[in-house]
Amino acid sequence: MQQVFTKAMARNIFLGGAVFFLAIYLALSYDTWQRIPERDHADKMTSAVLRGKYLLDSNDCIGCHTVNGEGAYFAPELANVYKRRGPVFIKAWIEAQPTGVPGRRQMPNFHFTQNQLDDLVAYLQWLSNIDTNNWPPNIQG
Amino acid sequence: MKYQSQKVAKPYFIAALALFVGQIVFGLIAGLQYLHGTFLFPELPFDVTRMSHTNLLIVWLLMTFMGAAYFIVPEEAQTELYSPRLALVTFWVFLIAAALTIVAYLFVDYAHLAAITGNAILPTMGRGYLEQPLPTKIGIVLVALSLLFNVTMTLIKGRKTSINLILVGSLWGLALLFLPAFYFPHDTVKASYAWWWVVHGWVEGDWELILGALLGFILIKMTGVDREIVEKWLYIIVAMTLISGLIGIGHHYYYTGAPSYWIWLGSIFSALEPIPFILLIAFSFKMLLQRRREHPNKAAMLWALGTPIMAFLGAGLWGFMITLAPAQYYMHGTNFTAAHGHLAFFGAYAMISLAIISYAMPLLRGRTANSAAAQRWEIAGFWIMVLSMLGIALALTGAGIVTVILQRAADDPMPFMQVQDKARVFFWVREFAGVGFFIGLLVYLRSFFIAGEYEYASEMKQALAA
Ligand code: HEM
Ligand code: HEM
Ligand SMILES: [Fe+2]
Repeated sequence: MQQVFTKAMARNIFLGGAVFFLAIYLALSYDTWQRIPERDHADKMTSAVLRGKYLLDSNDCIGCHTVNGEGAYFAPELANVYKRRGPVFIKAWIEAQPTGVPGRRQMPNFHFTQNQLDDLVAYLQWLSNIDTNNWPPNIQG
Repeated sequence: MKYQSQKVAKPYFIAALALFVGQIVFGLIAGLQYLHGTFLFPELPFDVTRMSHTNLLIVWLLMTFMGAAYFIVPEEAQTELYSPRLALVTFWVFLIAAALTIVAYLFVDYAHLAAITGNAILPTMGRGYLEQPLPTKIGIVLVALSLLFNVTMTLIKGRKTSINLILVGSLWGLALLFLPAFYFPHDTVKASYAWWWVVHGWVEGDWELILGALLGFILIKMTGVDREIVEKWLYIIVAMTLISGLIGIGHHYYYTGAPSYWIWLGSIFSALEPIPFILLIAFSFKMLLQRRREHPNKAAMLWALGTPIMAFLGAGLWGFMITLAPAQYYMHGTNFTAAHGHLAFFGAYAMISLAIISYAMPLLRGRTANSAAAQRWEIAGFWIMVLSMLGIALALTGAGIVTVILQRAADDPMPFMQVQDKARVFFWVREFAGVGFFIGLLVYLRSFFIAGEYEYASEMKQALAA
C-alpha cells in the first residue's frame, strides 16, 4: 500500500480534483448568471428598487432579519414581508419603531424620509417576486 | 523553537486570545438581547452586538492563522523568516485596524459610518461577516499582502515541505477569496451567490486546508511519525475537501433565486463534505497510535485530537443535517443554522487555533511544555468550553425544532415573533451554556499565569508512585 500509493499520487489527485471541479463550478456559474435575471425579474430593478436596496444594506437590516433565509435569526424574514404585510403596514411599522415595549426585541428608528420609505417598499416588493423554488414554505417566512 | 524569527508569532497569539474574550462578551450580550430585547437598547442594537461578535471571531482566527504561519513556515523551511520586522509592523496595523473598527461599530451609527467611509462610491457594507467599512477592508488586503510576501519569500529561500506548500498556498487562497468582498452587485440574487464565495469558500474550502496543515504540523512534532505518511494523508484529506466542497457550495443556492439544478448538485456534493472530517479523525488517531515519542505537552495533544472530533460533529454531522434540499426547505435560516455555525466554527477553527497556540506558546516562552499544574488548568478549560459549546448547539437545535414545527411545517403557521416566544426556554439554556463557556475560557486563560515548566523528573516520580 505504502509503495503502491505514493505521496505524489495523492498530491496529483488533490491538484487534478481542484482544477477539474473548479472548472465545472465556473461553467455552472456562467450558466447561472445567464438565468438569474429571468428568475428575479432583473428588468424590474428600477432606480427606486436600487435605492431601496442601498438603504437596506447601509442600515444593516440583515444584522437582525433574514432575506431569503440569509442574515440573522433575531427578526422576521424580509423577502416576503411585502406579501405578508403590504406596503402601508410596512411603512407605518418602520416609522413607529422602536416599540419600547419592556423586554420585547427592539428595532431602531432609522429616520427615513417618505421618499426613502417608498424606495424601501419598492425593493421589498421586488424581492418578494424572486423565483426561490417555492421557499419559504408559507407566508410566515 | 528553532529560529529566532518565529518569536514574532507570540504577539499574534496573545492578541488573538484577547479578541476571543471580546467575541464571547458580545456573544453573551447578544444572547441576552434575544431574551430581554430592551437590554442595552438603543445604545447597542442587536445587529451591532452581533457584528462585533462575528467580526471579532473572524479577526481572532485570522490572527492565529497568521501567527501560526510565522511560527510554522520558518521551521518547516529551515530558515529564518524573510522579515520579522515586517511581520511585527503588520501585527500592529492589523490589531489597531481591528480595534478601531469595533470602536466605530459601537460608537458610530452604521448608516453614518457607511456615509463617512465612502460606501456610496464602492458599496461593500451590510453583508454578514463583511460588515467592515471600506478602509478596514482595504487594510485587511494590505495586511494579507504583507503576510503573503513574507511567508512566500521565506518558503522560496528554504525547504519546500508539503505542509509548507499547503499552508502558504491556502493563505494565498484565503486572500484571493476575500476579494469578492469588494464585489457587491445590484442584483440581490447575484450578490448572495457571490457572498458565498467568501463564506463557503473559506470555511468549507480554503480554511480546511489551513486546518489540515496546522494539524499535520502539530502531529509530526508531537508524535514523531514519519513526515511522508502525514503528508500523504494531508493531500488525500484536502483533495476530498475540494472535490466535495467546490460544487457543494450549491447547498446555499437552493432557495435564494439560483436555478433549480443546484438542488441536485448541491445536495449530492455537499453530502460528501463530511468525508474529509471523518478522514481527519482517522488520520489523527492513527498518528497517535503510531507515535514514536511521548510529548510532555498533554494539553496540546488533547486540543489536536479534540479538533477533528468536534469539527466532525459541527461541520460533518450538524452540517449534514441541514444540507439536503428537502430538509433545508424547512430549516433554512433558522437556529438550526446557528447551531451548526457555532459548533462548526468552534470545533474546527477555534479549536485548531487553540491547538497551535497550546503547542507553540510554551516553546515561545522557552520551554517544551508547561508545568503539570498549568496543563491541568488548560485541560479543565478544554472540557468546560467543549461541553458548553455542545450545550449551546443543542439549545439552538431545540430552538430550530420549535421554528420548524410551529412556523415552517405547520398547517396553521404561527408568526415569527410568537414562535420566538415559544422557544424562550432554549434561548435561556443557550445563555447559561454561554456563561459556562465564558467560565471555561477564563479557566483556560488562567493556565497561562501559572509559572514553571514541565519537570520530567518529578512527573516521572509521581507516575511511578501511582
Ligand atoms: C458565550 C457564548 C456565545 C453566545 C451566547 C453566542 C451568541 C450568539 C448570538 C446571539 C448570535 C446571533 C444569532 C442570530 O443571528 O440570531 C451569534 C452568532 C454567531 N456566533 Fe456566537 N455566541 C457564543 C459563542 C460563539 C463561539 C465560541 C463561536 C465560534 C467559535 C461563535 C460563532 C458565531 C457565529 C459564526 C455566528 C453567526 C451564525 C450564523 O449566522 O448562523 N459564537 N452568536
Ligand atoms: C468547519 C466547517 C464549517 C463551518 C465553520 C461552517 C459554518 C457555517 C455558518 C457560519 C453558516 C451560516 C452562514 C450564514 O451566516 O448564513 C453555515 C451555513 C451552512 N452550512 Fe456550514 N460550516 C462548515 C461546514 C459545513 C459542512 C461540511 C456542511 C455540509 C455537510 C455545511 C452545511 C451548511 C449549510 C447547508 C448551510 C446553510 C444553512 C441554511 O440554509 O440556513 N457546513 N455554515
Ligand atoms: Fe457551505
